[in-house]
Amino acid sequence: MQEDVKKKNPRVGLFVTCLVDLFRPTVGFASVKLLEDAGCEVEVPMAQTCCGQPAYNSGDRSDTIEIAKNTIETFEGYDYVVAPSGSCAGMLKKHYPGLFKGDAHWEARAAAFSARVHELVSFLVDVMGVKDVAVAHAGSVTYHDSCSGLRELGIREQPRRLLSSIAGLKLQEMRDADTCCGFGGTFCVKYPDISNRIVEEKTANIRATGAETLLAGDLGCLMNMAGKLQRQGADVKVRHVAEVLAGMVDGPAIGKDKR
Amino acid sequence: MQITSPAFKENSRQALSDAQLQKALGNVRSGFIDKRQNSIDALPEFDALRDSARAIKDHTLAHLDLYLESYEEKVKKAGGYVHWAETAADARNIILEICRSAGARTVTKGKSMITEEIGLNEFLEKEGVRPVETDLGEYIIQLRGEHPSHIIAPAVHLTQEQVEADFRRVHDHLPVARDLSEPESLLAEARRVLRYRYFQADVGITGANFLVAETGSSIIVTNEGNGDLTQILPRVHVVVASIEKILPTLEDVGQILRVLARSATGQDMSVYTTVSTGPRRPGDPDGPEEYHVVLVDNGRSSMLGTEFQDMLRCIRCGACMNHCPVYHAVGGHAYGWVYPGPMGAVLTPSLVGVEKAGHLPNASTFCGRCESVCPMRIPLPKMMRHWREREFSRGLNPATQRYGLRAWAMVAKRPKLYRFATSIGIPLLSFFKGRKGSFHYLPLAGGWTRHRELPAPEGRTFMQQWRDRDVRKQEAVA
Repeated sequence: MQEDVKKKNPRVGLFVTCLVDLFRPTVGFASVKLLEDAGCEVEVPMAQTCCGQPAYNSGDRSDTIEIAKNTIETFEGYDYVVAPSGSCAGMLKKHYPGLFKGDAHWEARAAAFSARVHELVSFLVDVMGVKDVAVAHAGSVTYHDSCSGLRELGIREQPRRLLSSIAGLKLQEMRDADTCCGFGGTFCVKYPDISNRIVEEKTANIRATGAETLLAGDLGCLMNMAGKLQRQGADVKVRHVAEVLAGMVDGPAIGKDKR
Repeated sequence: MQITSPAFKENSRQALSDAQLQKALGNVRSGFIDKRQNSIDALPEFDALRDSARAIKDHTLAHLDLYLESYEEKVKKAGGYVHWAETAADARNIILEICRSAGARTVTKGKSMITEEIGLNEFLEKEGVRPVETDLGEYIIQLRGEHPSHIIAPAVHLTQEQVEADFRRVHDHLPVARDLSEPESLLAEARRVLRYRYFQADVGITGANFLVAETGSSIIVTNEGNGDLTQILPRVHVVVASIEKILPTLEDVGQILRVLARSATGQDMSVYTTVSTGPRRPGDPDGPEEYHVVLVDNGRSSMLGTEFQDMLRCIRCGACMNHCPVYHAVGGHAYGWVYPGPMGAVLTPSLVGVEKAGHLPNASTFCGRCESVCPMRIPLPKMMRHWREREFSRGLNPATQRYGLRAWAMVAKRPKLYRFATSIGIPLLSFFKGRKGSFHYLPLAGGWTRHRELPAPEGRTFMQQWRDRDVRKQEAVA
């Protein structure tokens, strides 16, 4: 959609992402709240599944194309498609059109679809013009820049800007915040020992900040870092950035036991 | 050299448990990245230069035949010889022939990855010609019988203490009590030993960072000056270069030089940029009497016109591996052949076959940092994915992976089945965790739980909860 016809209350189709759907529904509800607070009408189409990255990054192009077609069909008709993940949004936005090279019909549909896709936090800041969030959060946090969001979608300042608007929150930057956490989708189970070495480097940087909470915008990275921190016995709470921005931090942090 | 890429997993396990190596790799993590960033911050037009560098190389690759032929003509006009080598074996034989006709028993060598690629040192030694590496890093690993672990810093996998021990072992004619505790003293000792070798050598072999079509020149970029001595002092100079090193003009070289050293070491320029054109002319104070260029294809021309053509833009700066979390974790030797890191993950399957090098393009998190720092804007993750696609379509990846993936895709393609399967599976998984927030162990998830806890699902899926919310809303309306 062009900027000049931008609606005040756009219809947003929420692409929940499979990890949020299955492992961390709180992030989905936090996303809905943030979008609604920004004036969006949010719908969650039931026919969505996964963005297709596991197949795409394993070289399985034909399954990826079928999954992509389902996603595109499911989300046609919305003003925007928003996902609480830089990785999935990057897949929908940057990689879908390339899947259909040589198929003029689907290439055009994919291009029109991709143009409307955004990652949640950058959508709030860059498209909806959100400058602050009306919640409080007492405590220190550190923020990990997930790779796809950072390098494919240019997300760096937007989450920090919104976090800095939260009363009581203190952002303590870690060293090498923009270095990979070692998750890499199927990489972490295909090459677990290398993945482990990389996440050890990351958790050392996280723990060195002394921050109480680790935030990021991608559940895959978060589960990897949370799982490692917990194995190390570190007392760092791990949450998706949307949970803090929406003030939905009453439940246990990622991987933590119910109280 | 022997290819151990098929044993990448085993190689990396060894690398991860090698304390010396891990200590040395710490230097890669801390050294290169900041230096590069500082030099780029001081050059606002860096990104524009990258675009220009990419355009120059793309143009050259589109007319590769023309520029190579024009280059050959210019070299001949300057009194040099050009030899075309289709394969590594052709290149080795041509070089041996040159050494034999020069009566060479010792050759000095400047740092060159292409001679690693064609396995030149082992071959010459077997044929009775002794190659002497003169770059400090190359000299060190030659003493150890190793291969480079990095394309610009061949001995980066070693600590200073290891080098000191090697020098004491090999330079046993020098006083035992000498002080070798500083890097400078190691360098000085290597220089003293090598100085003598330059005068012994009958042939000097160098690589080339660039070949220039308009002048027939070869150009090397070095920091130690060893390359100059290698190509000027012996009677015969042999340049070994792969065909994609060609550039149309000296001006083009100037453009690409501006991104090369900054990306590699964070220098504005390397210390020496040396241009050689043909042999010594009458009246020249120095230079070789014979000048040969061996142009090596070894699989590159078959990359032209494919999705891997962009890889031929590579100028071997090493920025991709300097910024790669996987390279940082396991170092260069784990990759199992000449070229490590992201550039190696793309190039190695092209040159030795994806059957042998299949792990390399898979062992990437696709973090994209390599592409973001590549001065030639080579889409490295995209090309690694292309290799994965070729593997997948040829059924080369492990069966367990393939079946797992197909089963998952079968469900992911069918939204109703997907909803049904997840609405049963996730609450079940959630039931098993009880009040615990994560699993310490879970069948089939061993790759994950070997090193980390697996955070458990919160409860029912988001979609289940969302549907209930919708139903409640409708009931409220009714």
